[in-house]
Amino acid sequence: MSRPEGTRSSRRSLQVKFVPDEDVLKHIVDDAGTKVRKDKAQLSVSVKRFVKKLENICDNEAQEILEEKNYVAALGICAQDPLGNGSNISGGEVYSFQTPKRSNKMAELASELAQTPEKNVAPDHSKCPEKMAKTPQSKIFLLMHAFSLLLQNKKKEFVSTTPYRLRKRLAAPDPYLESESEYSASCSEEEDEEEQKEISAVLSDQKTPPKTKAASTPPPRNSLAKKIKEQKMGNLVEEYFEAHSSSKVLTSDRTLQKLRKRRLNQQTLHDLLKNAPLAYAAEIRDLNQQHESLFSKWMLQLHLGFNIVLYGLGSKRDLLEKFRTSLLQDSVHLVVNGYFPSITVRSILNSITEEVLDHIGTFRSPLDQLEFITKRFKEDSSLELYVLIHNLDSQMLRGERSQQILAQLSSLPSIYLIASIDHINAPLMWDQAKLSLYNWLWYETTTFNPYVEETSYENSLLVQQSGSLALSSLTHVLHSLTLNARGIFRLLAQHQLEKKDNPSYPGLSFQDFYQQCREAFLVNSDLTLRAQLTEFRDHKLIRTKRGADGVEYLLIPVDDSTLTDFLEKEDEDV
Amino acid sequence: GCFVFKPSTKKRRLSEKTAHDFRSTSHDSEDTELRFVTCQSLWNQVKSETEQIQEDLNKQLLDNLVSFLSRSHSDFQEKTTKWSCRMKFREIPTAALVLGVNVTDHDLTFRGLSDVLQDNITPYVALLEAKDCPGIKNLMQKLMGQLMNCDIEVDSLEDEDCVQVSQNRIRCSMPSLISWYESVTKKTDSETPSKKRNSSSRHWQSPPVVVIFKDMESFATKVLQDFIVISSQHIHELPLVLIFGIATSPMIIHRLLPHSVSSLLCIELFQSLSCKEHLSTIIDKLLLTSRFPFKLGGKVLQVLINIFLYHDFSVQNFIKGFQLCIMEHFYSQPLSVLCCHLADIKKRVCSLSNDQCENIRRLPSFRRYVEKQESGKQIELLTNDSFLKKETEKLLEDLHVYHENYVSILRCLHVFTSSLPKYPLGKQIRELHCACLENQVWETEEYESSLQLARMLNKADLVTMLQQCVEILMSSSGKEFDKTVEKLKEFLTQFQNLEEASQERDVSVSSQKELQKKTDLYHLQKTLLELKESRRSKKLTKFEMLRFEVVDYIDRLVRKYLVPADNRTLHEIVYFNAATVLRGHLNAAPRTALHTALNNPHWYLKNQALKCDGGGISNKAPDICIVYKLHLECGRLINLVDWLEAFSTVVMAAEEPNADAASSDEVDDIIHARFIRAVSELELLGFIKPSKQKTDHVARLTWGGC
Repeated sequence: MSRPEGTRSSRRSLQVKFVPDEDVLKHIVDDAGTKVRKDKAQLSVSVKRFVKKLENICDNEAQEILEEKNYVAALGICAQDPLGNGSNISGGEVYSFQTPKRSNKMAELASELAQTPEKNVAPDHSKCPEKMAKTPQSKIFLLMHAFSLLLQNKKKEFVSTTPYRLRKRLAAPDPYLESESEYSASCSEEEDEEEQKEISAVLSDQKTPPKTKAASTPPPRNSLAKKIKEQKMGNLVEEYFEAHSSSKVLTSDRTLQKLRKRRLNQQTLHDLLKNAPLAYAAEIRDLNQQHESLFSKWMLQLHLGFNIVLYGLGSKRDLLEKFRTSLLQDSVHLVVNGYFPSITVRSILNSITEEVLDHIGTFRSPLDQLEFITKRFKEDSSLELYVLIHNLDSQMLRGERSQQILAQLSSLPSIYLIASIDHINAPLMWDQAKLSLYNWLWYETTTFNPYVEETSYENSLLVQQSGSLALSSLTHVLHSLTLNARGIFRLLAQHQLEKKDNPSYPGLSFQDFYQQCREAFLVNSDLTLRAQLTEFRDHKLIRTKRGADGVEYLLIPVDDSTLTDFLEKEDEDV
Repeated sequence: GCFVFKPSTKKRRLSEKTAHDFRSTSHDSEDTELRFVTCQSLWNQVKSETEQIQEDLNKQLLDNLVSFLSRSHSDFQEKTTKWSCRMKFREIPTAALVLGVNVTDHDLTFRGLSDVLQDNITPYVALLEAKDCPGIKNLMQKLMGQLMNCDIEVDSLEDEDCVQVSQNRIRCSMPSLISWYESVTKKTDSETPSKKRNSSSRHWQSPPVVVIFKDMESFATKVLQDFIVISSQHIHELPLVLIFGIATSPMIIHRLLPHSVSSLLCIELFQSLSCKEHLSTIIDKLLLTSRFPFKLGGKVLQVLINIFLYHDFSVQNFIKGFQLCIMEHFYSQPLSVLCCHLADIKKRVCSLSNDQCENIRRLPSFRRYVEKQESGKQIELLTNDSFLKKETEKLLEDLHVYHENYVSILRCLHVFTSSLPKYPLGKQIRELHCACLENQVWETEEYESSLQLARMLNKADLVTMLQQCVEILMSSSGKEFDKTVEKLKEFLTQFQNLEEASQERDVSVSSQKELQKKTDLYHLQKTLLELKESRRSKKLTKFEMLRFEVVDYIDRLVRKYLVPADNRTLHEIVYFNAATVLRGHLNAAPRTALHTALNNPHWYLKNQALKCDGGGISNKAPDICIVYKLHLECGRLINLVDWLEAFSTVVMAAEEPNADAASSDEVDDIIHARFIRAVSELELLGFIKPSKQKTDHVARLTWGGC
């Protein structure tokens, strides 16, 4: 089955290779005028050589696919299942060690392909529509498209590293273009060097076309493929370490500040997105309707002792919400927004004991609390509780202990858990013991809904910082410190909150702070306090600033709301 | 972030509700109630059966353990000199229980164990888990809590004045444990004899205290060592017995404990049954029997077995999968109402509605059946409901008989194949079963080669196999096997006759011996050649003939009875075949789903615009797909500016360029916002994370495709 596929894929790449020289030249003419025309012959040679290489790679891939198939068959995963929904992708494709396109390689690839924008709807795809998403080299097409557009719309002043190289390479002998390039400033030094090397390599290539041609005469197909494969494997490993060992990163140096655009804040972002129409609304609605038809099945399975976990791309919040409103109206249920940055297992347990079980009182530890809940649910068989957790894999809930407690909770026969996960590595949270406690049934619910709520707390680089996620790190670090250290930090935090209305508050001066700490019996000498502060500084909990008068000022670099949250939680714990 | 919703009217419906769920889904037919009841009763039957099996399998182990425990402290009872001599060495009797890697199944074993112990030996059993005992203090606390609780349970019936000691108040230490033990044992001593008989007659005077470490490997070594050292100091006051649950190998004890500590233990090793054997028994009792009307199809069984073998070795999970199969089958197949015991079939078939009859006519296997009938009967079958019902009943009974025969013959075949070298058809009967369900087994190469090998079996083996087959067939409930048994017995007598005849052959052997006398090389060569010649042309011996006959007969049986279930009419009613559904629910691949959604959105969103090119994705794809595709081209770090611009180029190209230039600023902002959203979604999904290495860069967290 995979043999014909292999030949097909190589045929497709062959189609790609017939880049009409006119097309290549058309672009070059735009760019560099008549000068390049002289190089026509050499260029086409290099194109051909590249195409040969591409063919070989395709061959390899076909073989790899074949091998993966065997492996899959051996595992008995029955890839040939006609009903298989999306699962007929073998694991090798998902987790493959694909060569990351290092920037220059990508440039090379793109530069050869960019000139054929019209070809990207390859005619032979209609012949094999079932083979979607199977070819790893597919990304070429999209990129190719991007760059072809890029080259056409020069007037838009679109800039990117890749076309720069492309142009540079094609027009390397032209000093004018090079100096004109606006990138030279933005690229890091090493890159430039490499660039230079690359260019010289290309030039030497061009000078010796017969040699390359001779080298590329195909030896017997099979052995070649094998050899290349071995080579490729070796290369892969090397490339991986190469990419991850060196500290220098070859990307352009441009920053958002140079961009004219201002940073959007959360509100404007929200408004803008609300105005933007959601693409494929009808299809997404269809998709969601499919999932909604499963609701009663979920109920049945929950009652039979399974718990349900939803996965797949897209926000599953609306889906769960709909499930809740349509089926859970008559029963006690608890909704947990896992994506909420300050959620903890304790707050989940608290809301069960306080609101569901109407228990007043506190517990020494979450384990005690869990024991209490278990006992109550076992005693009273009429008690039933549905727990809906949005994003069970969120920052605050993904810890080992939290998961253990939630798993134990979910294993109670009268607690029905239905949760959603999004992170690609979410299943790694669970070991066999937890999995058996959870007793999951997995449901794929790809919704393609935007993650509106879930990402609104995320600290995206492009959005103005609101500092909400700092809370979890704050609590984590502080929990590992001594009681005194926590007290010291509390003092500082309280002081900072008192002064929050003062915009020019420079921070607490060291001397004042020392005084206060002494009064609270937290430190007994200047030195102990300094030692504590070093600890804080190492964990980036505080920042010190020297004022104009030489006095040291201490500041906690988190915003006030986070700090308030933090203090509240501390109060709760103590 | 937590919100509790309570209904205003607190009406609670329990079991009724479950049935209701079942009903609302399959709106098409009216038998749902009955189906649900059948499903539940079947599952309960299966469940009790599996529990029974588990109990039986563990019986041996538990018996051994119990006898060990009763032995271990018999000395303590009698206070003999031997005890005092051991006391000098301060050894704690310890049972090391090797349970295998499927940790999740251990719970059940331990529960059974503690029940048995509490019934037979001692009320003082404590189960400790590593996660509850990070330190020696917690361990002691947990231990005392459990011991005193169980004590209270026993005593509270008798005297109420026994105060509920809260474990927090007592100082948890060994002395307090000992004083508690003394007080407890004294109390039972001082009680009136009649009461004693009631409460603790099953236990002895001073029952041992059993401490079970459920998962010894995960305990901190320090905690274990401390506990052992401390308790060995007090062993003469407190008859303590330890039980270690071990998942890996007994060697771990010596790795965890230094010699000085392990020398304080007097270890005896107990091995539980391996989980594979457990599974074989389960399959044997659940699937290869006609007791349960519900059957698993080949692929489904394969999936379940693969999950077991490649993922967890957990029998519990296998049973869970089986439960899911039952549920899915009864839920999705309206005709599963007929999946019941033979006795009920007649009644249920008679009460089928018109719709259900149509459902039967729609079954592919039934259609195939109809096509084979002559035209008159075809019309009857397709138009006359009552005729159809009669026919259905007959077919279902046939199916039942088929299954009975199938199992018996399968076992017979297994007797043959399981002793062949290299096991071409598998060592376990489950492999053979899968092969037979999958396709016609006699067409496979493996079957061919195993027949070849069977033709080379020696006589003794062959005879014992035949005897086994006869036993299997005699014990089976199938009625058709009388002739078969007769035939097999005939073979057996023939073999016996051969034995008598074989004595005659010895004469010919002696002629061969003559040849050894001659030392002449030439003659030797000549006679050897002759011998070779004669052997080649020699007719098969009687034994060989008979062997061929036997194998051929077995082959005939296989061809007759081991027809794959898919070929049987109405197999859809009792066989569950939706392997994909099962795998999706039990062994899901969330990352694959994400990969598909990002690379090929058309799979989910059936829109022509998304379809256009096979390799990549179109520029009209959802934002997140485009952003994802672009990020695949980057190395470890991604420049946000470049990324944004690449994105906007793609998106601008997708949106028709007819948009007015005037509003371009606005458009830019929207694209910017969309980009931000897509990037933060990728961050949520775990593909990227912010990086401080370079300004306005994000780090890629994946290497390669997804």
